[in-house]
Amino acid sequence: MGLLSDPNRRKALTGLLTRLNTPICIVCYLAGIVWFMGLAFEPFTLRTYMSENAMGSTMVEERFSSGERALSLAKEFDAHKRKAGGMPVEWLVKAMQSRGLEVFTQSFSRKLPFPDENKERYMVRGTNVYGILRAPRAPRTEALVITAPCSPGNTNNQAVALLLALAQYFRNQIYWAKDIIFLVNEHDLIGTQAWLEGYHHTNITEYISGSLRGRAGSIQAALSLELSSDVITSLDLVLEGLNGQLPNLDLANLFYAFCQKLGVLCTIQGKLQRNDWDTAEGYTHAAQTMMLMVLKQACGRSWGDHGLFLRYHIEAASVRGINSFRHYKTDATTIGRLLEGMVRKLNNLLERLHQSYFFYLLPSLSRFVSIGYYMPAFGLLAVILLLRALDLWVHLGAPALAAVDGVTEAEQPSSPGVLTVLTPVVISHLTGVALYLLPVHLQEMAVEHFPVSETEAVVLTAIAIYTAGLALPHNTQRLLSGEGTEQGWKVLKLTALLYLAVLLGCTALINFSLGFILAVTLVPITASITPALYAVVMVLLSPAFTILYCVFIYQELIEAPVSVSEGWMLFLSVISQGILDHALYGSLVYPLLALFIYPCWLMFWNILFWN
Amino acid sequence: MRIFTFCTIETGQFFSSGHTNNWAVLVCTSRFWFNYRHVANTLSVYRSVKRLGIPDSHIVLMLADDMACNYRNPKPATVFSHKNMELNVYGDDVEVDYRGYEVTVENFLRVLTGRLPPSTPRSKRLLSDDRSNILIYLTGHGGNGFLKFQDSEEISNMELADAFEQMWQKRRYNELLFIIDTCQGASMYERFYSPNLMALASSQVGEDSLSHQPDLAIGVHLMDKYTFYLLEFLEEVHPASQANMNDLFKVCPQSQCVSTPGHRTDLFQRNPGSVLITDFFGSVRKVEITKDTINLTSSLKPLIQSGDMQIESLTYVDQLPVAEIIHQKPKQKDWHPPDGFILGLWTLILLVFFQTYGIKHLKHIF
Repeated sequence: MGLLSDPNRRKALTGLLTRLNTPICIVCYLAGIVWFMGLAFEPFTLRTYMSENAMGSTMVEERFSSGERALSLAKEFDAHKRKAGGMPVEWLVKAMQSRGLEVFTQSFSRKLPFPDENKERYMVRGTNVYGILRAPRAPRTEALVITAPCSPGNTNNQAVALLLALAQYFRNQIYWAKDIIFLVNEHDLIGTQAWLEGYHHTNITEYISGSLRGRAGSIQAALSLELSSDVITSLDLVLEGLNGQLPNLDLANLFYAFCQKLGVLCTIQGKLQRNDWDTAEGYTHAAQTMMLMVLKQACGRSWGDHGLFLRYHIEAASVRGINSFRHYKTDATTIGRLLEGMVRKLNNLLERLHQSYFFYLLPSLSRFVSIGYYMPAFGLLAVILLLRALDLWVHLGAPALAAVDGVTEAEQPSSPGVLTVLTPVVISHLTGVALYLLPVHLQEMAVEHFPVSETEAVVLTAIAIYTAGLALPHNTQRLLSGEGTEQGWKVLKLTALLYLAVLLGCTALINFSLGFILAVTLVPITASITPALYAVVMVLLSPAFTILYCVFIYQELIEAPVSVSEGWMLFLSVISQGILDHALYGSLVYPLLALFIYPCWLMFWNILFWN
Repeated sequence: MRIFTFCTIETGQFFSSGHTNNWAVLVCTSRFWFNYRHVANTLSVYRSVKRLGIPDSHIVLMLADDMACNYRNPKPATVFSHKNMELNVYGDDVEVDYRGYEVTVENFLRVLTGRLPPSTPRSKRLLSDDRSNILIYLTGHGGNGFLKFQDSEEISNMELADAFEQMWQKRRYNELLFIIDTCQGASMYERFYSPNLMALASSQVGEDSLSHQPDLAIGVHLMDKYTFYLLEFLEEVHPASQANMNDLFKVCPQSQCVSTPGHRTDLFQRNPGSVLITDFFGSVRKVEITKDTINLTSSLKPLIQSGDMQIESLTYVDQLPVAEIIHQKPKQKDWHPPDGFILGLWTLILLVFFQTYGIKHLKHIF
């Protein structure tokens, strides 16, 4: 007889499985954590390299020289911005037109689901101004985008001014094979989203905007600039985009190559690269950089204006100038040259960037970890769930083993079990739906009855529904006929484990960081849950607390640790930002947590109160 | 009478020289802006060949892409071979016969063998005869035994050798010089078997040919090393120079080129030392001034000079040395451990055996 259908052999194998299950699970969990932390260890990483043949090396001659003019233009822009009280549309249009660009404006308006603390109103209205530099000899089939946000106050004046100076310099060159679009957007991400939707004629979110009158072909790459001071000491590269999507690694390689050529200090996650990887400090530095990237990728929001381009398969990155009062300073001309070099190299592209990796982690700007190296860390955690499920399956089949094989064994105990499983599943998912829909819809009612602002109302409603879900098992127990209680919770746990494995697997494929962080907290607790476990432990490892821990860890990593109360306020703002991101840009983190992860966790919570 | 005999001997010599006309087929097989250097390579050989006398009507120039008018060229209508824009090889007198997507393997082979449709214009034909010396120059991206055309197809060394054999059988050349500047270029002339072929390559099998200098203003590499030094060498050659093939073989030694240039002369009848560069690169007309009358009756027989030119006894290299293959002893192969496939196959067989007959047999074995 075969290996699995012979009952003796089967008993031996299953006995092995059940005996060794817990040790294997613990070993896998520790191995997964150690593997993940080991990714930042330099000998396990690879040096970055340019994969795209057409971009080649940094051999271009940069001749941009109007850095000083850009700085004086920044002051002019600032003055006009103050006078206009927002975006100085006419001045920008005139400035771009005098530089020989084809200028168009787009006005947009967006109704926010609730006014957040930045905007403080329901309706956001704005105008985007963009100028197209037509390539002198090329057909208008491809384009590059350089964008600088127009922010209120003192920020980003130099970015817009550098944009205009570059436009003037680029207009005098004849080697452009693609059109270049210079975009100044208002209201940061909202403006960018409106522009992209108008450009591509899509309607992902309900924007009301005029259609774009000027178009330049399919966009191959985009760069976003953020410069807020005349003097810069380092340039920070921001890669994480919406839903944790990352641009092609070649864009980061290009940036790094030019930084090295021009001698500009470049950082990622605000951290400089170190050379001493074999010391403890060197390793922790790299691990901190990687953890920051993981946290930023997991929260699924776009950390720069570039993040919204990625959804349209446009490789984009944000370059942020930082003034940290070092001795060695970089002037605006050098930054202009860096951008000139990058754009000139992107101009040489024949196809979209596709030769290098799309899924990677960066412990530093010159080292990367590709998906083939980091995915086993998640795989080890997911294997625990599957082992546990297999163990439960074996236990459920064990009492009626006697003479019957195969399918009928499992059916006997689970036929009353199916009904017991179905109720918690349905109720958990209904709670999830409530968590997803109610906070935004009930905010008016909440504001009437309680003295809170709308944002607080939404967040507090969400937390209230979350906590109310904790009380559910006590009430739903009365509804079910808990027959065969021992079997019942095991069947529920089996279903929930498989469901969680599928969920985490799918999440990790799209957004590895989110999947991994959820797995790290959820897998140990769900694998070891029994009705006899302490409820407190379960609550402390629930998704909401995971978010809280991440907030604290993030603040630690960016060297701005917060006290408990400040952390709590940050936590609330993170939740409101998540809901807002989902409504405005289509971020999937909030729906995933509310509609899938939370109900799954509630199913496990039901097991705790099975008796 | 003696004078007459002397003239007869000299005229005999005059009419028994090897070739009467020169042709050149210059092919660049790569497109895209970052392959600028291949077009510059081809154009620099074109420039030398034209300067030394071969007219456009006898040159078939095939360029797979237009670098001079590429949108990314900051100096339109120019193709430079030296940095700082010293030398514009595009000039103002370039006649490209096959351009862009017309440069395909099929068209190249049809040009060589002459099998072109009747509507093909004269400028696109290689109208050589049995007294033509042909120079063939190929450049692009290549590998061991093949040359890539246009990023979509390739020509193998066997096809090229067969094309030359067709040319020989149709008497389309007198002597042929084949130069190739690609990675692993020597593999392309390994299979030649027709007589009167001499071949040069920029690198041996397993070596890469390297590019020479980048120009930062244009942003690409301008030339490949081998052709750069070839161009420098050819700039010194003028129509009356007596430089011979041995000097050409010395162009770009490994110290300059990093790769090792190779050459092949076993199929060539003459001694390379007696072959002038201008026999292939130029179009030198033989002019002898005489004050005597010459009787051009049929009694003039071409003189056979020993050691230089053999007209009748031509030998072919045996293309398929079957006799050698049959009578050869099998080579002692080194023992290799069984590779993965065989191991996997045996594991499968063992597993199936034990699965059918049960595991208990395993205990007996181990």
